[in-house]
Amino acid sequence: MTDMTTTKQPGAELPLQQLDHVVIRFAGDSGDGMQITGNQFTLTSALVGNDLATLPDFPAEIRAPAGTRPGVSGFQLQFSSSDIHTPGDKPDVLVAMNPAALAVNMKDLPPGAIVVVNTGNFKPTDLKKAQLESNPLEDGTLDGYRVIEVDINARVADALSDSPLSAKEKQRCKNFYTLGLMYWVYSRPLEPTLDWLAKKFKKNPELVDANQRALKAGYNAGDIHELFQGRYEVPKVEGMPPGTYRNIMGNQALAMGLVAGAELAGLKPVLGSYPITPASTVLETLAGYKHYGVVTIQAEDEIAAVCAAIGASYAGCLGMTSTSGPGLALKTEAIGLAVSVELPLVIVDIQRAGPSTGMPTKTEQSDLLQAVLGRNADTPLPVIAASRPADAFAVAVEACRIAVQYMTPVILLSDNFIANGAEPWRLPKMDTFEPFPVSFATDPEGHQTFGRDARGARSWVKPGTPGMEFRIGGLEKAVSGNISYDPDNHQAMTDMRHQKVMNVRDSIPTPQVHGPRQGDVLVLGWGSTVGIITQAVEQAQAEGKAVSRIHMIHVWPFPHGLDEIFARFKAVLIPEMNMGQMARLMRSEYPHHNFISYPKVTGQPFLTSEIKEKIDHILEQ
Amino acid sequence: MAEATATLTKKDYKSDQEVRWCPGCGDYAILNAIQMHLAERQAKREKTVFVSGIGCSSRFPYYMDTYGFHTIHGRAPAFATGIKTANPELEVWLVTGDGDGLSIGGNHLAHILRRNVDVNILLFNNEIYGLTKGQYSPTSPIGKRTKSSPLGSADRPFNPISFALGCNATFVSRTVDVDNKHMLKTFDAAAAHKGASFVEILQNCVIFNKDFYADTVGKAVRDEQTIDLVPGEKMVFGKERDKGIKLDGWDVKVVAAADADVWDPTVSSSAPAFLMSMMDKDPALPTPIGIFRQVDDLVYDEAVNRQIEQAIASKGRGKVEDLVWSGETWEVA
Repeated sequence: MTDMTTTKQPGAELPLQQLDHVVIRFAGDSGDGMQITGNQFTLTSALVGNDLATLPDFPAEIRAPAGTRPGVSGFQLQFSSSDIHTPGDKPDVLVAMNPAALAVNMKDLPPGAIVVVNTGNFKPTDLKKAQLESNPLEDGTLDGYRVIEVDINARVADALSDSPLSAKEKQRCKNFYTLGLMYWVYSRPLEPTLDWLAKKFKKNPELVDANQRALKAGYNAGDIHELFQGRYEVPKVEGMPPGTYRNIMGNQALAMGLVAGAELAGLKPVLGSYPITPASTVLETLAGYKHYGVVTIQAEDEIAAVCAAIGASYAGCLGMTSTSGPGLALKTEAIGLAVSVELPLVIVDIQRAGPSTGMPTKTEQSDLLQAVLGRNADTPLPVIAASRPADAFAVAVEACRIAVQYMTPVILLSDNFIANGAEPWRLPKMDTFEPFPVSFATDPEGHQTFGRDARGARSWVKPGTPGMEFRIGGLEKAVSGNISYDPDNHQAMTDMRHQKVMNVRDSIPTPQVHGPRQGDVLVLGWGSTVGIITQAVEQAQAEGKAVSRIHMIHVWPFPHGLDEIFARFKAVLIPEMNMGQMARLMRSEYPHHNFISYPKVTGQPFLTSEIKEKIDHILEQ
Repeated sequence: MAEATATLTKKDYKSDQEVRWCPGCGDYAILNAIQMHLAERQAKREKTVFVSGIGCSSRFPYYMDTYGFHTIHGRAPAFATGIKTANPELEVWLVTGDGDGLSIGGNHLAHILRRNVDVNILLFNNEIYGLTKGQYSPTSPIGKRTKSSPLGSADRPFNPISFALGCNATFVSRTVDVDNKHMLKTFDAAAAHKGASFVEILQNCVIFNKDFYADTVGKAVRDEQTIDLVPGEKMVFGKERDKGIKLDGWDVKVVAAADADVWDPTVSSSAPAFLMSMMDKDPALPTPIGIFRQVDDLVYDEAVNRQIEQAIASKGRGKVEDLVWSGETWEVA
């Protein structure tokens, strides 16, 4: 927390301090409603005009045993009065609803951080569930922190003493009491959450009333009980580009982008998908867009999902599928067919930590090589990557463009960090996107199924068109579309499929160099590391260091112009949440540059400080 | 290229590709029957799509002058679901085999049947793997000696009819490659049915499983060993049409023709059809062909598209810009 000024709020006993930014982490049992609490805090902060970024961190188990460490669910957000790029490295404030939540999150707390604990959940049985031998509130664990002890269980029970709800139902309102408390500390208005509750539980007025009262009781407790030494204010951000904003999560933006992409192509979007964490919300979101003409098929498995999508593209629609790494592995053979028959298809991979089932709710960027190379035979396709919730929309549109203009499957990589993270999104007008309407071939005269345009894309015929009947399949074919085992033809078709994907480079920009166009270190990022890298590089630049960064949206094929950019830097640092997959691709494509791989696979995003230290370390050498 | 209005003949449904099945293969007869069937119905070539997986049968689309998609092993039902749901105006035929449909693709076959997607499914059953040269299949009988089962297969086989019934399929039938007339009437009924139509075609693999059905539906014994289940007709069989089938509790019995039951595949319970499908197991009973089940139910592709039409009718056609510009927004000046 950066202390800016300390003033006295008129009429208030406690000083009101202005802060530039705050990082709060809410942590509790997965049944405690921490995700709702975090989302409400986010929404309210957005409405008061802060910049923000969030990081939900929930367990894979829907309901792990209550009170245990595996059952801890967390939600971190940073809100700020200046432009920020990340949910923050370390929380300034930890709200711990039980001992397990405290134990799991202690390691991330910097000295002096505020720790709000719900003492009502620190009984001996609770400590035992959290595998703690002594009470951290008493054994010195929290020395050096500003500990705020509140028996939230008792306070909520008191506040709702005359509510008709059962004791158990009343305890479910704890998260709103907690939220109210934090709203008081950070001077947030209650109205957005009061309104949200009224809408959310409109069929159950007793729940509306109880939760609203809990929220107000928490807020008032801040006033009455002098729990805190002061209140804080994070003024609205200045200098954000003018426009209309909304708070957006990555998967939401991505789903909208797919609908927009199909509209710009003039095609009906058809999604075939199978639920998988953390991609399921793409399916769920699109399933809610029926009146936008979106068709969703929840298939029997990952393979059927992509096959149904390819079938839809065959029928003249824009086929799409959404999945995560293990699902992408299952879809591999079918994607190979789409490459072979040259049909457009958008494959969304919301990456998660692996291998195998791995850590489904944790983030990683380790499907890059699977996306670029993971198919039998020579089966190239373009791969692009979203970087943040606010660019997922545009990147999804771009995936649709490449798919239809080049008649190819495109893999769109996102990850758990983007998918479930949220940030303000400056809303685009649709007329700022150049349409890319598809024109189907209808004239049988001289038509060849694999005849190509200037880009190398084959012509697309929509079944139902008289006189254009054709057969295609996974067997090698001649330009006519007929099966061919001719050796020269196979070489030529393989070359053509390769060249077509390489031609995508002619339609994409060279990534911008942020910072000096030449220098000591160029930090190359792709995907969700963008915010963290930006912050680290800006810190280094502020210290006068010759450090710049570029960020890749189009991760395969590589855009033109990279070779020239790399040549102007002594070293290219590539931080990525895998074991160095982008570095490996770069080294194979540009073997004469000095790439330094910086891998991290903890399931958690990089910290800005980690990347900054790495930059400094390279500069020292 | 015939004009759309001109009368189409069998030849008009043949592509210019040379048919490359083994001489004597049952597939030729099926291809011929399908082309005859489409010509009889004057099916529009441009509205017709043949989808297949992998296997000998799956070469089928290349030989049809319609739209065609030869896909990957076992997954044709999923492609067909995508095609039909994306464009319900297309008439979709799915060609598969006992390996493609019941082994690698068993899952997808089960789900297209349960969803009741309006496609016509032809499962060529020759009880052997032909394209990979003679291994046993999931319909090969126990004890079947093949290259991959030198001491005889230890796999209990699927009965494709029981399988389809178990998936709650709404149209389930069986026909034979050597009986052109029966194929034609079965295809007619399948094409007329709204929903997934499952047609098992007993098909001769002359190289790896020649005449496997000689004892049941083979020409020499067919009258005595086969019964054709015809909706609304008495279940009679025999060269003299003197024998009949009667359901007696859970038992299927051979009785005098006069005492035979009338076959009704439209009853809501699939239990009678199951009993019929199990007749295969009893050497004392004839092998049933014909129509086992024919009921109306919710059709997937129609239902999916109806939801979209209704949503548009009630909310108005959504615009992407409105979608983006929704939710809780705020202005930054």
